[in-house]
Amino acid sequence: MVDTQSGSVGLVEPSIARFDTPLELACGRTLDAFELVYETYGELNAQRSNAILICHALSGHHHAAGFYPGEQKPGWWDTHIGPGKSIDTRRYFVVALNNLGGCHGSTGPTSINPATGRIWGPDFPLMTVTDWVESQARLADHLGIQRFAAVIGGSLGGMQVLQWSLAYPDRLAHAIVIAATPKLSAQNIAFNEVARQAIRSDPEFHDGWYAEHDTLPRRGLRLARMVGHITYLSELAMGAKFGRDVRNELNFGYGVEFEIESYLRYQGESFSNRFDANTYLLMTKALDYFDPAGACDGDLAAALAPAQCRFLVVSFTSDWRFAPERSKELVDALMLAGKRVSYANVDSPHGHDAFLLPHPRYDTVLEGFLRHAGDTLSLPRAEDE
Amino acid sequence: MNEMRADLALIYEWVAPNTRMLDLGCGDGALLELLGRDKGVTGYGLEIDHDGINGCIARGVDVIEQDIDQGLANIPDDAFDLVVMTQALQALKRPDLTLDEMLRVGRECIIAFPNFAYWRHRLHLGIKGRMPVSSSLPHAWYDTPNIHLSTFRDFTNLCHSRGYTIIDQAVGRQGSWSVRRWPNLLGQTAIFRVRR
Repeated sequence: MVDTQSGSVGLVEPSIARFDTPLELACGRTLDAFELVYETYGELNAQRSNAILICHALSGHHHAAGFYPGEQKPGWWDTHIGPGKSIDTRRYFVVALNNLGGCHGSTGPTSINPATGRIWGPDFPLMTVTDWVESQARLADHLGIQRFAAVIGGSLGGMQVLQWSLAYPDRLAHAIVIAATPKLSAQNIAFNEVARQAIRSDPEFHDGWYAEHDTLPRRGLRLARMVGHITYLSELAMGAKFGRDVRNELNFGYGVEFEIESYLRYQGESFSNRFDANTYLLMTKALDYFDPAGACDGDLAAALAPAQCRFLVVSFTSDWRFAPERSKELVDALMLAGKRVSYANVDSPHGHDAFLLPHPRYDTVLEGFLRHAGDTLSLPRAEDE
Repeated sequence: MNEMRADLALIYEWVAPNTRMLDLGCGDGALLELLGRDKGVTGYGLEIDHDGINGCIARGVDVIEQDIDQGLANIPDDAFDLVVMTQALQALKRPDLTLDEMLRVGRECIIAFPNFAYWRHRLHLGIKGRMPVSSSLPHAWYDTPNIHLSTFRDFTNLCHSRGYTIIDQAVGRQGSWSVRRWPNLLGQTAIFRVRR
């Protein structure tokens, strides 16, 4: 049923896995039970050796590729996942999930807390990248996958990939870390804090109990998304797309005048209607907390010692949120630790968002790495590969 | 091996099994792949050419996108047994400083470059009065990436002035390698093996 002509995995539907073994979290609390929503594309082979895990970024989820019935918009990474695409579903079995604490179907702040019968809301424990990787390992067990051929992720997803290589070195053969950083800079945390304050100072936030007040902190979420969105784009891309274009004419008021204002408002508006504020808050905290070198007095190379997989690190020249220098920092530490690593800094004007977009060189690098990865794992190639 | 560039074929012979190696300007990674497969050599290539990097990744050679002209400050002293650089010396901003860096991060280095004193080059300049163009120097003077051309003798002097030891040297042309009687005159490509 797969339409190889268009390179789409076609129609997809999510599954839910339930876990009843308590999960101890980094914050000291325990989740007694939880659910993870996920999608899979392609076929798991008999040896269960061709699985790829996709880790999502701040606002991502399990719908990474293909279409839901009646919808025109494909999954968020459809440009890279599909038959004949860089993550080739003819060769690989791809798993994408919504992280714990998310708002797209996995247990999170919008779920019911069984202990109270109320929704979790702000009581949902703060998640860390480590917790996510633990829960993802449970999902791998559930699917019968002992070792992933590759774990792949961009941005916050790249941090999960890195954590996988350290927490479960024998459970992945390859790691692809895209547009990520081994830790957030003060500036990164500062932007996150502005986003959090925007949400938390919204009168409709009600300390996170907005659902019980039958409302949503839309203004806060809108602002958080607007400021976030600015950091995802480059000055160049924004200038090329909007410049100083005005909608009608300047009217000496505070309505929408410049196109960029209109765009940001639109982005903020649509996001505030589909994303949970408590999830947004905890995702930004997970970003802030991630620092694997922290446990080794800041010595990243020492922290990377457990890793056994082969790494591919990719950055984008115009990304100033997680700049190429941050990726290079990771690459240098991996080299210092004697790990197998390749690094490509892809010329793109699209800033941090470039990791979501198609780009000839980016595609070539991913495709080449995964083709060789498949060969080393003796996975049969698709006919035209 | 038949398809291998002549200078790479000689370097292939020179590299000892299980060497930890850094290849500066590694191209598509052909040398590292062969040395890895046949001699258990490990290490990384550094490259800035996109096609080269793509080629390395596709063949499973570990390659880092890094400009040699920016230095090797990210690599600690003695990180490698051997640092190799072929056909890049003449395109560097400061070949002398790069040589220092190579012998800081590695105990030994192998460098191959076009010998500007090759007799055909001399003929070109001396008789025709024009900048030499040859198979090893294919560019016109105005668009050449080769900004620091040198001779077999120049490089020997540089090594001596820096106190480095030349352990091996060869010149050659299209696959025939030897230490000739007049290497500075007869060698089209020069290869040096240098130690601190």
